[in-house]
Amino acid sequence: MTEEKFVTCIVCPKGCRIKVILDEGDILDILNYGCKRGVEYAREEVMAPKRILTTTVAVQGQNIQMLPVKTEDAIPKELLKVAMHETKDLSVEPPIKIGDVIWPNIAGTGVNIIATRTLDANV
Amino acid sequence: MDDVIIIGGGVVGCMIARELSKYNLAITLVEKNEDVACGTSKANSAVIHAGFDAKPGTLKAKLNVRGNTFFPALCEELDVPFKNNGSLVLAFDDEEINTVGELMERGKTNGVPGLDYWDTDKILEVEPYLKKTVRRALYAPTAGIICPYEFTIALAENSYQNGVKYLFEAPVTGVEKITDENLVVRTSKGDLQGKYVINAAGLFADEISKLAGAEEYQIIPRKGEYLIFDKEYGYLAQMVLFPTPSKISKGILVCPTVDGNVFIGPNSNNIDDKTDVSVQREGIEEIISGGKKIVPDLPLKNIITSFAGLRASSTKGDFIIEASQKVKGFINVGGIESPGFTSSPAIAEMIVEILINEGLKLEKKNNFIPHRPRKYRFREMDNEAREKLIKQNPDFGHVICRCETVTKGEIVDAIRRPLGARSIDGIKRRTRAGMGRCQGGFCSPKVLAILAEELKVKPTVIRKANGGSEVLLGKIKEYL
Amino acid sequence: MIYKELVVIGGGPAGLSAAIQAYEEGVQDILLIERDFELGGILKQCIHNGFGLHIFQEELTGPEYAERFIKELKKMNIEVILDTMVLEITNEKKIIAVNKELGILNIQTQAIILAMGCRERTRGALNIPGFRPAGIFTAGTAQRFVNIEGYMPGKDIVILGSGDIGLIMARRFTLEGAKVRCVVELMPYSNGLTRNVVQCLEDYDIPLYLRHTVIEIHGKDRLEGVTVAEVDDNNLPILATATYIPCDTLLLSVGLIPENELSKLAEVKLDDRTGGPIVNQRMETSTQGIFACGNVLHVHDLVDFVTQEARLAGKGAADYLSKGKVDNYADAIPVRVLKGVRYIVPQYFQGKEMLNGRQELFMRSVKPMDKAKLIIDSDKGVIKTKTLNYVKPSEMINVALQKEELCQANPNYLEISLQEVGDRS
Repeated sequence: MTEEKFVTCIVCPKGCRIKVILDEGDILDILNYGCKRGVEYAREEVMAPKRILTTTVAVQGQNIQMLPVKTEDAIPKELLKVAMHETKDLSVEPPIKIGDVIWPNIAGTGVNIIATRTLDANV
Repeated sequence: MDDVIIIGGGVVGCMIARELSKYNLAITLVEKNEDVACGTSKANSAVIHAGFDAKPGTLKAKLNVRGNTFFPALCEELDVPFKNNGSLVLAFDDEEINTVGELMERGKTNGVPGLDYWDTDKILEVEPYLKKTVRRALYAPTAGIICPYEFTIALAENSYQNGVKYLFEAPVTGVEKITDENLVVRTSKGDLQGKYVINAAGLFADEISKLAGAEEYQIIPRKGEYLIFDKEYGYLAQMVLFPTPSKISKGILVCPTVDGNVFIGPNSNNIDDKTDVSVQREGIEEIISGGKKIVPDLPLKNIITSFAGLRASSTKGDFIIEASQKVKGFINVGGIESPGFTSSPAIAEMIVEILINEGLKLEKKNNFIPHRPRKYRFREMDNEAREKLIKQNPDFGHVICRCETVTKGEIVDAIRRPLGARSIDGIKRRTRAGMGRCQGGFCSPKVLAILAEELKVKPTVIRKANGGSEVLLGKIKEYL
Repeated sequence: MIYKELVVIGGGPAGLSAAIQAYEEGVQDILLIERDFELGGILKQCIHNGFGLHIFQEELTGPEYAERFIKELKKMNIEVILDTMVLEITNEKKIIAVNKELGILNIQTQAIILAMGCRERTRGALNIPGFRPAGIFTAGTAQRFVNIEGYMPGKDIVILGSGDIGLIMARRFTLEGAKVRCVVELMPYSNGLTRNVVQCLEDYDIPLYLRHTVIEIHGKDRLEGVTVAEVDDNNLPILATATYIPCDTLLLSVGLIPENELSKLAEVKLDDRTGGPIVNQRMETSTQGIFACGNVLHVHDLVDFVTQEARLAGKGAADYLSKGKVDNYADAIPVRVLKGVRYIVPQYFQGKEMLNGRQELFMRSVKPMDKAKLIIDSDKGVIKTKTLNYVKPSEMINVALQKEELCQANPNYLEISLQEVGDRS
């Protein structure tokens, strides 16, 4: 049975509505794309969409209450909520350096959560 | 056991409290909101009227003209900004010129000093942005502008210093005569007993009177909507600019505020719900079209906010200020619509007389404190004075509200003062933090944090105003 | 009195880059004034990624982008004062500022770079009828509460306006477990970047209602709901379409306004179209020696362009300090906005001998166009045309004019227009 999916391309501002035709989960055809990069984007979006997750974790005993963090790499989109839960109770104590690993292997993806700013101990 | 219980913390209730605090009396003021000046007293035209408008012989006429005379000295004493900038009633055609003539006569009968006619040239010389077709104006030199909530707060603070007790968030649920001498006022926070009860409940005065079994009357809320422009356009009006009035209202005016903005409004519409302070689309259109009749080029893209206030208009047409014939010790101060704010000092004076007539013995305090604690307004100070103040207290060097240049020192003071602020709006009314062009976008998180720190509560407890208006609903991660 | 060669007002991305550039161009005595307790400006609360693609060819988060510049600045001998609010600047380049430790600061400087950023449009500016309860936030204020303070302003949310901050907050709130009911946009197109519409709304099935607006606010203490309606061709609500949407929070993402209160005190002339100062090619305002860059000049969608522009301002200030004034206004070549263009920066070129390099023009279109022809016309005829694909008002257009193009024509004015090409299909 074939299935149609639509992907709004973000490769350029044009924002093509690319149509992807799937058969039992395999891509049969990709239509309405504006360029080759769009084809690649649509393929990945349909087969294995990934996103960088950015969030915050609590900082203990500082003026700055939250430390911004991100996944070092994009992780599967469907795991974003799982990852949010996994970081829910994390807290850190300064000093923290930008890029420090705050939590390893988020949601079993092999991707680490890293700090996106430096926090000196004396803030 | 109190001598006097005052119901309602608007300008009338607070003025009476302050006047009575000059005597050796036990006084409690009960208020249903979290602060004073939360009803009609906070949302009105902020004009101290000269008194040519009210029908001669009415209480409105008498108390307006008398009340007006108190303001310069009272504001000086209480450190409240007041600007005696005068008012103009503008006439654009023959019919309006006639009406303005009637107002002149009425004003003379009412005893308004200094009234004069201005011609087109004179008007446009002082008010160059006014519609050029203006033909005549009635000039009233005794009119002025004030910050209505700051004035009310000042009265409350000063009366509190002089021993008046305040009970907030305590709506009155009953007023009963328990003995020949005493009344009980039932509130959500417990019962209060007193010899005299003064009903200054504004929009709800009719309901309180009914609860007490006193004379019945009806208060009809009459809504007025307003738009305020950015301070940058403060030059558009120097004086209080009235159109020629209609039968029910003074009309939509263009008017400066004592803080340097210009506003337009109010319209005038009877409504049913005494809590409906919503602004409506039709209302906005109405006041814009009204305002344009006076100043044609209004900077409509630079409106910073809109609001609505409700006038406590009584079916009797005049103020109701009298001791009840049915319930001894119960005194009504109802139907205090415009010019109620201006009249308030004279109303308080009248209440003192009524209390004496009703048998209350008054004995002056010898330790009455006439001034409230000093208030610093950083934005109005020169740099030398600022420098000195910061040396004394570095918090005055930390600007929290950029638009209105309000410092941390002023915000902390607003919380620590007598009857200090407990909410974001309370801070706003005391300091102007959040009243500028960004409307608190920049400073509200900081004000909230200072409130939480000073009151030693969690930030999630801090409210915009009354219960149920918490600003933050939880910590992050809580909803995961 | 403190004497400085150059003062930069604002330590966000614009101020940081401008100060760094000026230093690199040889300005020795620089003071940067920041009102917050640390540098970085609004980037500190923009914890999402997508910054730096143009400047660093990689995707950074806001704090990461800021930290690169902060580190660079700290290596230089640039004086920074934090927690300090500038109260006043004059056209004589005197600055009055205040802080807790030093009290009132009187600073006399030879040049100033304005980099104060912008503020958000509020409910008042939109005249939305209804009550004034708690629960109405501009998107940026909500972002600060969530990302900096760690609090949730709400859990059941409607967003008015599809500006980028609103879209970013739709995702952030959703990931934090709140319900975002919809984004309501007056225009027939989104005011945010396409990638934000996709990754912040479509990813989470948040509907975007175009040609809709909020017509009433309900709830006396805390927001209880909003009435949303479709609008007609005059942007007036069609009352028959009014729908009540319950919510505890309304976020406003309805535009940003350059914050020029200080600029006005220095008698800097502003452009009604941008809301920012009128500047020449080196980002110098009408008050000589006062420069502007970043969101105080015009509102940007990408921080990379802020950096680029701030470098021009930094270099401009350095040139001003070393080589002096440009020619007077008589020599200015105005850059005029014609059909299809909402605004353009710089608004004029000045001092013909200074046009010795390639010049950048930043502009926005008035509406989305699939294909547009950009025409740079002049009194000496058309200087340049360029075909642009997929122009959107929300995405700034950056076009460079080469030295030869300007010099050969030697124009007295330029006129810029954008013409839609062909049909939409």
